[in-house]
Amino acid sequence: MATKAFQRTYTQLQAVTKATVTLNARSVANDELATVNGKLAQVVKTKGDAVTLQVFSGTEGIPTNAEVSFHGAPPTLHVSDQLSGRFFNAYGHPIDGGPEIEGEEREVGGPSVNPYKRRQPSELIPTGIAGIDLNNTLVSGQKIPFFADPDQPYNKVMADVALRADVDKIILGGMGLTNDDYLFFRHAFESAGALDKIVSFVNTTEEPPVERLLIPDMALAAAEYFAVDKNEKVLVLLTDMTLYADALSIVSNRMDQIPSKDSMPGSLYSDLAKIYEKAVQLPDGGSITIIAVTTLNDGDITHAIPDNTGYITEGQLFLRADPDSGKVIVDPFRSLSRLKQLVQGKKTREDHAQVMNAGVRLYADAQNAKTKLENGFDLSDYDLRCLDYAKEYATRLLSIDVNITVEQMLDTAWEIFAKYFSPAETGIKQVFVDKYWKKD
Amino acid sequence: MSTKGKVTGIVSNLVTVTVDGPVAENELCYITVGGSRLLAEVIKITGDKASVQVFESTRGLKNGDSVEFLGKMLEVTLGPGLLSGIYDGLQNNLTTMTGVFLKRGEYTDPLDRKALWAFTPLAKPGDKVIAADWLGEVKEGWLPHKIMVPFAFRGEYTVKSVAPAGNYTVDETIAVLTGKDGEDVPVTMTQKWPVKVAVKCYKEKPRPSRIMETGVRVIDTFNPIAEGGTGFIPGPFGCGKTVLQHAIAKQGDADVIVMAACGERANEVVEIFTEFPELVDPHTGRKLMERTTIICNTSNMPVAAREASVYTAMTICEYYRAMGLKCLLLADSTSRWAQALREMSNRMEELPGQDAFPVDLSAIISNFYARAGLVLLNNGQTGAVTFIGTVSPAGGNLKEPVTESTKKAARCFYALEQNRADQKRYPAVNPIDSYSKYLEYPEIQEFLREKISKDWVEKVLKAKNLVRRGREMADQINILGDDGVPMSYHETFWKSELIDFAFLQQDAFDAIDALCPLERQEYMLDMILKICDRHFEFDNFEQCRTLFKEMINTLRQMNYTEFKSPQFNEYEQQLAKHLA
Repeated sequence: MATKAFQRTYTQLQAVTKATVTLNARSVANDELATVNGKLAQVVKTKGDAVTLQVFSGTEGIPTNAEVSFHGAPPTLHVSDQLSGRFFNAYGHPIDGGPEIEGEEREVGGPSVNPYKRRQPSELIPTGIAGIDLNNTLVSGQKIPFFADPDQPYNKVMADVALRADVDKIILGGMGLTNDDYLFFRHAFESAGALDKIVSFVNTTEEPPVERLLIPDMALAAAEYFAVDKNEKVLVLLTDMTLYADALSIVSNRMDQIPSKDSMPGSLYSDLAKIYEKAVQLPDGGSITIIAVTTLNDGDITHAIPDNTGYITEGQLFLRADPDSGKVIVDPFRSLSRLKQLVQGKKTREDHAQVMNAGVRLYADAQNAKTKLENGFDLSDYDLRCLDYAKEYATRLLSIDVNITVEQMLDTAWEIFAKYFSPAETGIKQVFVDKYWKKD
Repeated sequence: MSTKGKVTGIVSNLVTVTVDGPVAENELCYITVGGSRLLAEVIKITGDKASVQVFESTRGLKNGDSVEFLGKMLEVTLGPGLLSGIYDGLQNNLTTMTGVFLKRGEYTDPLDRKALWAFTPLAKPGDKVIAADWLGEVKEGWLPHKIMVPFAFRGEYTVKSVAPAGNYTVDETIAVLTGKDGEDVPVTMTQKWPVKVAVKCYKEKPRPSRIMETGVRVIDTFNPIAEGGTGFIPGPFGCGKTVLQHAIAKQGDADVIVMAACGERANEVVEIFTEFPELVDPHTGRKLMERTTIICNTSNMPVAAREASVYTAMTICEYYRAMGLKCLLLADSTSRWAQALREMSNRMEELPGQDAFPVDLSAIISNFYARAGLVLLNNGQTGAVTFIGTVSPAGGNLKEPVTESTKKAARCFYALEQNRADQKRYPAVNPIDSYSKYLEYPEIQEFLREKISKDWVEKVLKAKNLVRRGREMADQINILGDDGVPMSYHETFWKSELIDFAFLQQDAFDAIDALCPLERQEYMLDMILKICDRHFEFDNFEQCRTLFKEMINTLRQMNYTEFKSPQFNEYEQQLAKHLA
């Protein structure tokens, strides 16, 4: 870029907080990058000549006479096919010992797709997990998070989903990953022999939290390169978005912004939406699908982070431990895929939607029976059948260790229905009962 | 000489401009940055500093960049060709933009200036006219689109000439009017109107007196919304807000539907413009898209334009209302709009109200809802804007500022309930908490008596009461156990379940069940109430449960079957056997 030849340098800071520095500087552009004492920073506010910069790696050791030079451009990423199989840090620099990427330099966090140019998502992404494929079917171009407590195996499930999904590229954006989890992903991808279709941007817990703010933009800039330029099907994994939001609140707090709910910035919804809405089905066949992780505090989805996320994403997958079956299951009540009806019965068998609804409704009846049992009441014959059904349903279909085709899931469901119930009790449309009911 | 200024401060999309002349609140300006011009709106003025909210990303903007004020507020362009349009929050036509990505500073014309419209004059020379009077009409699709005296005209004018019938573009003069001062003013098919000002060119605003059919049983029968009425749908995410709103958009009995996708998911808008051109309007047999305009400012589009989008949508509705048409405005979601207000208030460092929302939130919301309504036009005809907004309460908790403020303004309340959604009892509208104040209007009661049946309102209240009593019984049964309560408790409980499963629940994805006309709603409710009126004798509660489950199953099969088809009649006979 032309402005690069000339870098303006300043050496007098007016103010320093834990995440930001303020100095007097002229003709500074909003969102522009700068280097403060060798650390990367970005312009977040100007007022008269006073410019506030957010320093990504924290301001420890920055003196008031630190050298500040402006780059004249917002954060960028070099994109080309060389990205494949590589691991990068939050700034897009390799951390796997390999060479820097040669290719076109692109701004990250760029503009949105014109909604009119989008296409309706219509391709099924099978995962083999019935809790997902049967009850909460995923569609390409969808954005959906896992809501899970920190003790749930969400990273493992996400890696399973990614490796089973039929996509051209997988892009991992790791925010605040523990080093162990980072190595887990690396190992999982390597041992599946899938490394050449994976690009990773990783910020571990060892690195400064504010750096995380760059990860989603970097990962999605790479995703847009493959989806828009190469018409590829791209799956983006973002884990853990709760830590991303925490970093947002640190910066807004240091800038003296008035916090809204749960001490999150008032712009949390827009900030998250900018990331998730990058999921898209493009007219020329490329697509970006986003699967994220939002960790919860003791299952509380009313906290501002999961709450805002739920309003943005197209559903959520809720993991929980099920004491009856002893398995981790995809909770059929709290989980939802909003795009499922675009493929259910269209890309899958005609009875899919009805079987799904009946299965969940009967599982709800089992929960009522369980409440009665806990309250010490006698159970009716129906209640007892519901309880037995629930256990088998959870073990054979809801559990995350299931790996079967959608057809097999439907057949399994009909088999379990017939084992415990009469057709009328399932409330399924008569035409499907006539066709699929498993008679003894 | 227009006022100019220079940028002197930037925080995200809030920009401070030092100005060299007069500026007005809500005045528009263009900020020039790197060859493109960004539209912005003044939201606060202190001395020679104006705070403006920029409708685009401010990336790369610098202090010292030049600003030019336009001397006008944010306006929409009104004229034939708005229907089936897809616009952003500032009424830029999204379909004529080039490139897959939105380009900053690209503004496109909302109307096709080259299209020819077949004009028929309605007024004749010598007629005395005032703002919003009809001068002529063109056919927009199948709708008679009236060409009116521009809303901004004050006082009486005399028609000097009207163009003869023929084909014209929107910019050609179709009439010349003479003002009181003797000056001639040409009128074209198009006019502009500032979005934040309500169009008040009508004689009066009477109380609504008819209901608007939606084909959704829990609305039409249990909590009907009036033509020209207001309602809102709050609910946690995943409770089916959007599905319910789309159902209303597809089936609502209105001439014109404007959907404002305000800070919501882009894929939901894609769903509308993918499906609506294929779907058929059940009331006219035309394609749904022909009567639909989409204002689309999805969650990733600039926040300030999100706030503008609901006003743009409302102004377009008011325009069609002035033609004597029934309009329906659906805004999803008004919470996102409130959040846009909050973001700006926050950046301006205003003292916050509850949950950091601006303190005047409640006033802004009720002003907006007040723009809906039934109106009596100057020529004696009526037009209506019915408004239904969704609210996305944080954490699903209805005790939050947006829900509470909206509850004060809207007349219908459709509370979506997490618990019902968990049990897949869709639409998850809570039958007990939800209400329609219109059901208490004598005008509406009269209308229902005439349109449906003499004792309709009584039947609805009775059904509501049965549901309420069923819920009480369910609580008792849960506390005391199945065996701890008399058999009548079970019977009452199951009667309410019958109403719930066979009437309140409705499958929005089933071709037949999705749309239930009033006639069918009456038929089904009568049948269900007849069952509920009956007193049953059971030996035990198992027997009660089994019988009701079977009846529910049969009634649901009926809902899935074409009304009064042989199959439907067969199910009805099956039901009769259960009762024999």
